[in-house]
Amino acid sequence: MPKDSGIGASSKRREDLRFLTGAGKYTDDINIHGQTYVHFLRADVAHATINSIDTTAAAAMPGVVQVFTGADFEAVGGIPCGWQVTDRFGEPMQEPRHPVIAHGTIRHVGEIVAAVVGETLAQARDAAEAIVLDLTEKPAVVDMKAAATEGSTKVHDDLASNICYDWGFVEENRDAVDQAIKDAAHVTTLELVNNRLVANPMEPRVAVGEYSRSDDMHTLHTTSQNPHVIRLLMGAFVLGIPEHKLRVVAPDVGGGFGTKIFHYAEEAFCTFAAKAVNRPVKWTSTRSEAFMSDAHGRDHVTKIELAMDADNNFTAIRTETYANMGAYLSTFASSVPTWLHGTLMAGNYKTPLIYVNVKAMFTNTVPVDAYRGAGRPEATFQLERVIDKAARERGVDPIALRRQNFVTEFPYATPVAVEYDTGDYEATMAKLEEIADIDGFAARRAESEAKGKLRGLGVNCYIEACGIAPSNLVGQLGARAGLYDAATVRVNATGSISVMVGAHSHGQGHETSFPQVISEMIGIPEDQIDIVHGDTSKIPFGMGTYGSRSLAVCGSAMVRAAEKVINKAKKIAAHLLEASDADIELKDGQFSVAGTDKSVAWGDVTLAAYVPHNYPLEDIEPGLEETAFYDPANFTYPAGAYACEVEVDPDTGKVTIERFSAADDFGNVINPMIVSGQVHGGIAQGIGQALLENCAYDEDGQLISASYMDYAMPRADDLPFYTVDHSCQTPCTHNPLGVKGCGEAGAIGSPPSVVNAVIDALQSGGKNVTHIDMPVTPARVWEAMNNA
Amino acid sequence: MYAFEIERPSTIADAVNALKGEDAQALGGGQTLIPTLKQRLAAPSVLVSLTGIGEMQGVCQADDGAVCIGGATTHATVAKEAAAHYPALADLASHIGDPAVRNRGTIGGSLANNDPAACYPAAALGSGATIITNNRQIAADDYFEGMFSTALDEGEVITEVRFPVPQTANYQKFLQPASRFALVGVFVAQYADGVRVAVTGASEEGVFRWSEAEAALSANFSASALDGLSLPADGMIGDLHGSPSYRAHLVKVMTGRAVAACQG
Repeated sequence: MPKDSGIGASSKRREDLRFLTGAGKYTDDINIHGQTYVHFLRADVAHATINSIDTTAAAAMPGVVQVFTGADFEAVGGIPCGWQVTDRFGEPMQEPRHPVIAHGTIRHVGEIVAAVVGETLAQARDAAEAIVLDLTEKPAVVDMKAAATEGSTKVHDDLASNICYDWGFVEENRDAVDQAIKDAAHVTTLELVNNRLVANPMEPRVAVGEYSRSDDMHTLHTTSQNPHVIRLLMGAFVLGIPEHKLRVVAPDVGGGFGTKIFHYAEEAFCTFAAKAVNRPVKWTSTRSEAFMSDAHGRDHVTKIELAMDADNNFTAIRTETYANMGAYLSTFASSVPTWLHGTLMAGNYKTPLIYVNVKAMFTNTVPVDAYRGAGRPEATFQLERVIDKAARERGVDPIALRRQNFVTEFPYATPVAVEYDTGDYEATMAKLEEIADIDGFAARRAESEAKGKLRGLGVNCYIEACGIAPSNLVGQLGARAGLYDAATVRVNATGSISVMVGAHSHGQGHETSFPQVISEMIGIPEDQIDIVHGDTSKIPFGMGTYGSRSLAVCGSAMVRAAEKVINKAKKIAAHLLEASDADIELKDGQFSVAGTDKSVAWGDVTLAAYVPHNYPLEDIEPGLEETAFYDPANFTYPAGAYACEVEVDPDTGKVTIERFSAADDFGNVINPMIVSGQVHGGIAQGIGQALLENCAYDEDGQLISASYMDYAMPRADDLPFYTVDHSCQTPCTHNPLGVKGCGEAGAIGSPPSVVNAVIDALQSGGKNVTHIDMPVTPARVWEAMNNA
Repeated sequence: MYAFEIERPSTIADAVNALKGEDAQALGGGQTLIPTLKQRLAAPSVLVSLTGIGEMQGVCQADDGAVCIGGATTHATVAKEAAAHYPALADLASHIGDPAVRNRGTIGGSLANNDPAACYPAAALGSGATIITNNRQIAADDYFEGMFSTALDEGEVITEVRFPVPQTANYQKFLQPASRFALVGVFVAQYADGVRVAVTGASEEGVFRWSEAEAALSANFSASALDGLSLPADGMIGDLHGSPSYRAHLVKVMTGRAVAACQG
């Protein structure tokens, strides 16, 4: 019987009532008396020297409050990068200044060149057109390999080159891996592109800065996944505002997908300008601005080699990747192609030797940073594509080849520095074969062929490192912040509970699933428990939501805080029941004395805590509120196996996805419905990357997919009905809930199976096509068929 | 968007008058013009809305059987009201954009704009339609003058479009994945005096007739009649979504599918 509440119940998402009835309160819904509006003048060229900016006419325009340029921000800090990567020679990465407003040089289309604060947005926009820029254009650096060559134009004149870092991992294995590849019976090589993406959350970014002169208090309302991270970065590194004078509020947020993790120039601007003009300053991104100012995702160019012995056992993997950083380092940009990518290169397989080389490149493009999966999709894609190619070259079944090389014993220490605590890759593969009806594929292929279509089956496995992250470990790896989380469980006098959490919910359903955990622990109804998040003045200093960490890290903090609450409540109950606390049991909201019929209700105990008339005041404090901080001992390792079946129209090259199946191991599952929804959304984004989405620049650095006219988002009719299963559960061994995280799996696990399926379809039609770069558009499929 | 005045005339005569003003601009359903204004890429002083003009609304059938569509008729209305008279045209209208576009966008607006990837130009050219304006009648063959360019004069308004109804017709559209405009769209219509094939989405010159296919299909109206034909890639559009040779290839595929659908 499925449960109807608590852990394991598919409780309906309570937040959806407001989201689906238009009652959500988003940052753009915030309007403050006396508010002004900022319009940013953005660069329309990719690379130029700014000779002068004349704002005289603009400043005199009607309704203009103040015009700002880069000169106004010389005295404040640059936008910081949160992760210091050390290169293979032991040197720190090159870290250029990232100004709030361009000063002296423009480095990408969309960079802020000036800002007009006006009484109305229209007035600000009119005035921005009156700003006179004197620019000297420079050649744009767009192609990463060209950027790496001697004599290339430099994005940053003050740096030695366009190479941010040349990273080797594990550097000590470099020679051994080279030797293993030389000695291998067979080596499969694949060169591929992991296409650049724009996250496109439904809600564009918004920032409202506020300043109170009477108490020198700054408030920033912003579309963020992690308000405390923004407070830390902006307060400490950019504007020099101490924490107690800076409040960051992220109310309802309409989707993040990583792109709302980062601290952006517009946030710093609105906070700074609110004090400068002594009025609230509001910015609402247009969709056009979002395309050229939200951090982009992916954008790797990779060569991977997989070495095998004569029996097809994997013996070594060597990869070389160029990773685009864009023009500046966004908040976590440097960590994505390194620690979130290289550490996953073992995948689900016991390959003894691995070497990962990553050259991070500066180019005249929008900064690139984490996007759903962040580094792990790039690792999974290359590994699962090269395995498929190897199976074809060796004439073996791609599932059998994977099985043969699976890690089967846990814990498993990979050659790339992480230790998988649990997993059962055979179980998820067996489950996949069942739900995807792999046995029935041949019959379905025959049906497709009878219609003149080519049908292909693609399979892949994936593993990810989630529950980010053990602070001491990431500190050694260069992280400039801790990655614990925090929760406060506040029990009210009549027994209802408010839980203040550091995690932020922007689609994940925390307001529903977190109370399920507390309900299970105490035995009171879920509707007696509310979650508070998104406001640094209300919640403890937690680190927010990304990397599928909310439940594994913040949920664990919440459990620890609830345990403290329960322990204290048991002491109060013991006093009321005149028993020893060791004999008190809590079940279904009742404290009872073991072996007796004496009991007291949860609500009576909580009331006693706040009306302590009959209370052991000499031993314990009144009140019932506890905070816990939780720092994970390890990452969590969700894993699974995915299958995709496509039909290819050989006349047009169009690919349609006919079936998609996902077998995931997320450890314990709190709310199966929400988990399924997370997987559905992730797969939609993975299929979007595989078939549709392509952020493209021309050689001058102009963004040519700058709107939905050219940037193809997946729509409902591009997607099949999915079959998803998360019944294979090997609980995480090191967090109290045994959970692993599910937010990114779909986006990580789906692109390789889509491309593998297309290649399988084309091969079945006699076309010797071994690879097509994503997005696998009809035009690319047709070109590949023609060239085969 | 810059500030502008808006006029809402209720007769064609008033609209034509209003359009004589300096920097006046006709506004149909606004599916191209409004986004253009929002991007500040145009700055008309006056917008003259044509959607309130009763005599430019609706679908009817002329005595000679031709389907007459008022210039301000929305795609959704054409989809509904032309279905009995000219199913292929109604079907084309029912697949333009999405429901919001179809309930605002008008046939006159689409033909006046002549987007190289729009659907209606293929129907008008493929049907040998007559474009009727406030002061003349223009044959479709004389009307389309290249990408975003038509025979319309400044201030001239499309009041009606008249489609001779073919024996059979079909429109096949291959979608550009992002915009869902036609990457290539082919309208095939078989009339007593021959077959017309009009292609949208493919050419740098906008909608065009594929005369070799017309000749082959007029002689033998079956997809196999196209077997020996190929369209040169020269002059085809090449962009992020397809090369000139891909588009040329798709024209042939879509033409064959349209013919097959006519016979199906």
